[in-house]
Amino acid sequence: MNGWLGSILHVDLTDGTHSVEHPAAATYQAWIGGKGLAGHYLYPHATRSWDAPGMPLIFMTGPLVGTSAPTSGRMCIMSRSPLTGTIGDASVGGSLGIELKQAGFDGIVISGSSQRPCGIEITPGSVLIREASALSGMGTGELHIRLKDKGAVATAGPAAESGVLFANIVVDGAHCAGRNGLGLLFSAKNLKYLTIKGSGRVPVHDPDGLRQAREDIFRLIAASPVLLGELGIAQFGTGALYDLMNNRRMMPTANFRQTVFAPAPSMNAAAYKRRYMPKRSGCRGCHILCKKVARDGTLIPEFETMSHFSALLLNEDIDVVTKANSICNNLGMDTISAAATLACYAEMEGERLSGERILSLLDAIGHGHGIGRELGQGSFRYAAAKGEPGVSISVKRQELPAYDPRGAYGMALGYATSTRGGCHLRAYPISHEILRKPVATDRFSFAGKARIIKIAEDCNAVVDSLTACKFVFFGASLEEYAKAFTAVTGVETTTQELMRAGERIYYNERIMNALNGFTDADDDLPPRFFEDEGSSGNDMRIAPLDRKEFLRTRARYYRVRGLDQKGMPVSEKAAQLGLQWTA
Amino acid sequence: MKQLVGKYARKLVDAGLAEDGAPVVGGLDDELVWNRRDARCSELAKVFSGLNINALLFSLPAEPYRSMIDYLASMATVTDGVIRPTDTETRTILHDLPVVEAFDAGEIMAALERRKCAVLPGHGVVTWGMVSPEQAFVFYSSVCFACFVKFMSDYLADRKSGRVSRRQRRVMDTVMQHIDLLPSEPPALMRAPFLSERAIYHAVSQAGRMTVEYGLVDSFFGNVSLRCGDTLYISQTTSSLDELDGCIDPCPLDGSSCAGITASSELTAHREIVQRTEMNAILHGHPKFSVILSMDCEKTDCAFRGQCHIRCPESRFIEDIPIVPGEVGTGPHGLCHTLPPAMEGRRGVIVYGHGLFTVGREDFNEAFAGLLAIERLCQETYLRMVS
Ligand SMILES: [Zn+2]
Repeated sequence: MNGWLGSILHVDLTDGTHSVEHPAAATYQAWIGGKGLAGHYLYPHATRSWDAPGMPLIFMTGPLVGTSAPTSGRMCIMSRSPLTGTIGDASVGGSLGIELKQAGFDGIVISGSSQRPCGIEITPGSVLIREASALSGMGTGELHIRLKDKGAVATAGPAAESGVLFANIVVDGAHCAGRNGLGLLFSAKNLKYLTIKGSGRVPVHDPDGLRQAREDIFRLIAASPVLLGELGIAQFGTGALYDLMNNRRMMPTANFRQTVFAPAPSMNAAAYKRRYMPKRSGCRGCHILCKKVARDGTLIPEFETMSHFSALLLNEDIDVVTKANSICNNLGMDTISAAATLACYAEMEGERLSGERILSLLDAIGHGHGIGRELGQGSFRYAAAKGEPGVSISVKRQELPAYDPRGAYGMALGYATSTRGGCHLRAYPISHEILRKPVATDRFSFAGKARIIKIAEDCNAVVDSLTACKFVFFGASLEEYAKAFTAVTGVETTTQELMRAGERIYYNERIMNALNGFTDADDDLPPRFFEDEGSSGNDMRIAPLDRKEFLRTRARYYRVRGLDQKGMPVSEKAAQLGLQWTA
Repeated sequence: MKQLVGKYARKLVDAGLAEDGAPVVGGLDDELVWNRRDARCSELAKVFSGLNINALLFSLPAEPYRSMIDYLASMATVTDGVIRPTDTETRTILHDLPVVEAFDAGEIMAALERRKCAVLPGHGVVTWGMVSPEQAFVFYSSVCFACFVKFMSDYLADRKSGRVSRRQRRVMDTVMQHIDLLPSEPPALMRAPFLSERAIYHAVSQAGRMTVEYGLVDSFFGNVSLRCGDTLYISQTTSSLDELDGCIDPCPLDGSSCAGITASSELTAHREIVQRTEMNAILHGHPKFSVILSMDCEKTDCAFRGQCHIRCPESRFIEDIPIVPGEVGTGPHGLCHTLPPAMEGRRGVIVYGHGLFTVGREDFNEAFAGLLAIERLCQETYLRMVS
């Protein structure tokens, strides 16, 4: 095999054993790697509770990782989401994926639960399970400093130990496997850390072909204003989107009660640049370097964090945003869910949270103190318990990111159909609705969006399986990556063949969710978006979404996706994709 | 969807890329719609069912494209069945153009599985879109442009080495019947000073529209900018120059906002030019003859042959107009490094295999006149060289 290493490591923490499996080439080809292969390993356990010892926590890389194909060393981490109850996954960068490949594995499947806090240490030829009681309660920053000599590091922080349902896994102290609360899987397994150091090489079938594909990809990255343009994310980080979202009147403000935030122009990416004079940083092997780090090592917040910790909470102090980001990272919790849960709390309490209060509430959530214990269950459970579920702006109990769906109708559908709950990354229609890539579509129209969302979900499922960085796809496309895939693996493929694998991967996720009782009732948005107007102005009306139109579009989506009217899988379609479903 | 497929079918005709009644454009959400009924729709519908796409465009190109494309396709079928133009658009977006010999869904799908177009000699060109019929339209027009440039470039080279075939000459005769000489007089465009922001937007829009109307861009690609005070008003990425209303980004030159993240990929080059020179208006199009002549180099023994678009070491000119290497955007070989210095003291610069940039002091009149005059010069030069 080329690209793939043909080895998956299985670790059982209950009895402290491990074994290596060598899947058939056909398994790799059907599922590609990353999210696809992880879904294949999750399927037999899909209906277990997330904290059952038999529920696996899966780390999976793709065939391109560890080669010179642009991948940013990404990998997929998957299990069942404690927050949503759906499948839970995250694509994460840093160096973990590359080290794993260099250690000789395509993935790790961790099951069981350790009696005492433990760590897994992987080096070439050795897998050790170490006692780690001494590390309990430690923040992810300190953990990283203590463990980084052991190679790439994945940890959970205090939030996971406190049972926060949106706890993250943090890679290399800076890259978050966020959303979905996968950090809790660490605490369920009594796992404190995973370190990997490799030394091997990933075999490549056709180095010349790979060089050519890489050149084509780099050319497209260079041609993308969003990526390498002087106002793009290489220069300003993902916060480069901040001004645009406010100008398009779709910046979620005051818990999605408004869509424009007046102080935004003074809290944009340029303001962070002036204030912190950050350096560029990023994932291993990436030349876009979208992460920004201040001179003292403080991470500059990403776009979603910038937006939700300012506009959503009506906070006008960028230092508070940066501090909130640091607290969340160190405690190991998702910034989107944390900010949105606070915004929900603020609305219910009729309180405008001061900067100080925001920071102290975050601390209370991460450590499970006082009101923090309730808020750590996420906005939906908190609001529902108080009889006001509609104040939680979430889909499948996961808080929505920083794109108001009233300003981008494809995004409205994409939020609803995402298999991991409220998430912008499954279909990322912002690409064409706002950023004009590959061409612009009408953001205030549902026309054509059903199929567009379905195709994009399939495409991104491939990206998360290769595993590559979604940002690169503002410039490049699967056409160039299909070339890279063939050059690396020696397996002939085409754009469309990869897309068919993407369809299989996504349908498998729908099946797992259906097994857990998810139906069309869950593919929906909070009532606020259908009832209330956003902040119209400047000749731009941000109307409430037309519920009938939304439901018609969702029905179209189900037809295009091959689901029944209730959004449930259909056995013929499943069989066609090589999957199983019995209603 | 129905409206979009109609719009882009019409645009192909308006752009002279297809004859009236020729384009068949389909759009698919959960149901398939066509811009019109056509006997070939059932075969094309099969293509839809096999591919994850939402738009499909099929048309016989209008002359002179048709003859050139058929010629290139037939030459390709005796080798590996692929047309390989070397202009920037092909290099960046299309990569190459597979030829399919029969109008057959299976064969068309096999080509579209991996590429953005399929060329069917005698039948036409098929392209697709994944989010909009606009993509299919853009790919189709890129195919026409790329094939025009390739045919004319190859002809020129073969002519110089005395290897023009009889068939090539016949195609060239057809081409000649369909080439209109450019007008000599530029239009009167809005004059500076621009007293309101609205006037600025109008001026940029108008310049874009006239560039298309005068045939100085291929398929609406290009970019336009105007500096007023501390702001550069520039057309957005993937915008059509004939439809710039609502597609112009104001970019503050002090970098205080990223709202222009949707601006043209050549923003940096434009900004550098207005900051380095006295010029405030910039027009950029892809006029065909400027592109063709930029690639006409007789130095066959050059060490950088094959990499001219990024590494050409020569100082090349067409009269007073420099030709520089450089790729789209801001990469290490980006034209943002080569174009702005070359523009100092010049009315225009051609980027190798890509297009022409011209400048004006206050408004677009001078820049437009430059664009028109330089492309005319290139057209006349070319025609003289092959006659
Ligand atoms: Zn251009």
